[in-house]
Amino acid sequence: MKITTVLEERVTLKQGAGGRAMRALIEDVFLKEMPAPPDAVQGIGAEAMDDGAALWLGDRYLVVTTDSHVVHPVFFPGGDIGRLSVSGTVNDLAMMGATEVLALTCAAVIEEGFPRADLERIQASIRDTCREAGAAIVTGDTKVMGKGEIDGIVLNTTGLGLTERVVPDSGLAVGDRILVTGSMGDHGLAIMAARHALELEGELASDVAPINGLIRSALAAADGAIVAMKDPTRGGLSSALHEMAEKSRVGILLEEPAIPVTSAVRAAGDLLGIDPLHVANEGKAVLGVRAGSAERVLEALRAHPLGRDAAIVGTCIAERPGSVILDTGFGRRLLAEPEGEPLPRIC
Amino acid sequence: MASLDLEVAAREVKFRDPNLARQLASQIARHTAEIGRSPVSVMHVCGSHEQAIAKWGLRASFPKDLNVIMGPGCPVCITDMPEVDEGVALARQGVVIATYGDMVKVPGTVLSLSDAQAEGAEIHVVYSAEQAVALARRTSKEVVFFATGFETTAVATAAVVRGPLPPNFSVLSAHKYIPPVMEIVAEMPDTRVEGFLAAGHAATITGWGVFEAFVERHRIPVVVAGFEPLDILAGLARLVELIRDRTPRVVNMFPRCVTRAGNLRAQEELWSVFRPVGGRWRGIAHVPNGNLRLREEWARVDARRRFPIDLTGLWDYAPPTLAASCICGDIMSGIASPKDCALFGRECVPDTPVGACMVSSEGTCKIWHQYGGIPDLGGTL
Repeated sequence: MKITTVLEERVTLKQGAGGRAMRALIEDVFLKEMPAPPDAVQGIGAEAMDDGAALWLGDRYLVVTTDSHVVHPVFFPGGDIGRLSVSGTVNDLAMMGATEVLALTCAAVIEEGFPRADLERIQASIRDTCREAGAAIVTGDTKVMGKGEIDGIVLNTTGLGLTERVVPDSGLAVGDRILVTGSMGDHGLAIMAARHALELEGELASDVAPINGLIRSALAAADGAIVAMKDPTRGGLSSALHEMAEKSRVGILLEEPAIPVTSAVRAAGDLLGIDPLHVANEGKAVLGVRAGSAERVLEALRAHPLGRDAAIVGTCIAERPGSVILDTGFGRRLLAEPEGEPLPRIC
Repeated sequence: MASLDLEVAAREVKFRDPNLARQLASQIARHTAEIGRSPVSVMHVCGSHEQAIAKWGLRASFPKDLNVIMGPGCPVCITDMPEVDEGVALARQGVVIATYGDMVKVPGTVLSLSDAQAEGAEIHVVYSAEQAVALARRTSKEVVFFATGFETTAVATAAVVRGPLPPNFSVLSAHKYIPPVMEIVAEMPDTRVEGFLAAGHAATITGWGVFEAFVERHRIPVVVAGFEPLDILAGLARLVELIRDRTPRVVNMFPRCVTRAGNLRAQEELWSVFRPVGGRWRGIAHVPNGNLRLREEWARVDARRRFPIDLTGLWDYAPPTLAASCICGDIMSGIASPKDCALFGRECVPDTPVGACMVSSEGTCKIWHQYGGIPDLGGTL
């Protein structure tokens, strides 16, 4: 039918939503026939579709990651686009094991007419978040586009970091435990509540924060027992776990009652018909840990102010590789992989 | 183990307590076994019940001899194709259509509202009847609110119709009324329904008394239940108990919201604006008194009387071929489930739905897809 053809010829929003459709777009378009890096460069490249690339320098890895940030509204409860763009890139580095940030770059594309006061507020937020993360911006770029040619402001940040050991998102094995570093769904539901001007904003706030310090303590306590890491951003915990399960060829059994979700997020999710496990977090991580070290890593996470609500939420199993099974406490079902932006329920 | 006093429990339960859920599940299993027949088939008539059952994985705790059938509980799904066609025809005639988001992708005979929009028609998604009125106030064009939903949403439409309205606003009613369809389903030879789980939110309006005549006529018990996991388990436990004891009656297991008389003011508004007429429900049958249409005195806001609606222009198109394999009708009348459908999860997914059950958030196929596609993992993985 006509409509299907239009969808195939044009990029859709779903292909930018972090799920399977986006991974397919990257594979089908961006990775097609791209030249390989020179032989001298060893490590993890674009084809792994991990949180970043890791290039072997002879004695350790240089981790590189880049991320563009757009968010509506630009200022939201708990943060703003500036804090988001620094945290997002710092966290992607940390998810590869690079918890010390060597350098950041920042490029801004701004719409003509954007209020200067807002820009200054965003800059202050970038500055404060850099301090929190122990990071510095070493170069940048600024473009202004005509009114209507771009929507408000887009920020791109690139991050560089060093690590001796790369933690991939594909290292899970049967028996490993799954940990989350805190409550799920806070960012996604805070944004959605702000966007739809829901009256329940008061208690909802984004969790956006740089968590490289938190991850550093966990890695130090784990002594090599953290075998996989991912930040559950777009698509939330569900998307992150599906990707990890698929790449590692294991099933994941989640205990829903063990997953930390604040009562405000739970209430907003129930009201909107949106599963908190399907929406973004911007200051959390999912860790796969060897069973014998799970308690020790949990303790280390809980000792850090950003990991107080950390919990062991699941186990890797041999059955149903690539799937995520949710034990609700009432019964078991499959956790669906989110496709596209979740929309509030209508009736 | 002592049985819980279910009607006391319904007033006092915490609604998400897994321990209580296990007690209720074993009570359901015990009562079902005591009936001594297999399968025992009960039906719910509400998409929100299926939502809750799927979300909490409750099917895994039902005994295998208990068949919990999904009935015609999705107002969007049972909107008949000619009703969608009316909306599409009006949209193509240049009228602005305001409707609930779920309706936009529902296939008509050949086109959906979304197809009409792709051709240039003006379709607006609204979240309430009030928003449709507000839309009409902002434009000089004719705005038609294509209204769907059961008695719960029909009350909201009625309230708007009775209020002050701009002259360019009218209503195309595809509202449906649940109690009559229960009569139809009870008499269907293929379903053999032995008890109904009635929707708590609809009963807040109609009152549970509305089911008394039905129980009298068909000798089938009806239990009104809410939407938390324990509401549903307790409702099912009571229902199989009534089947076991051969004591058909209406039991209200949602007393925190539902009374015998219901919301009298809402009923008065509903019936002052709408009258029940017979009509086809998609995939089910002709349902006497199942459709709600505007009464004569509201003719001026009735889109069907205000505009000539020409459906013949739609028939230049060939209907999509996949639609021939769609079994939505069987699913809605409870004689099939999505796992019986060759299209489910393959050609038919929420982004490119073939049948209405994959469109609406209340549709069985959409719900199963949303919760992983397999309703019951059972004790095994």
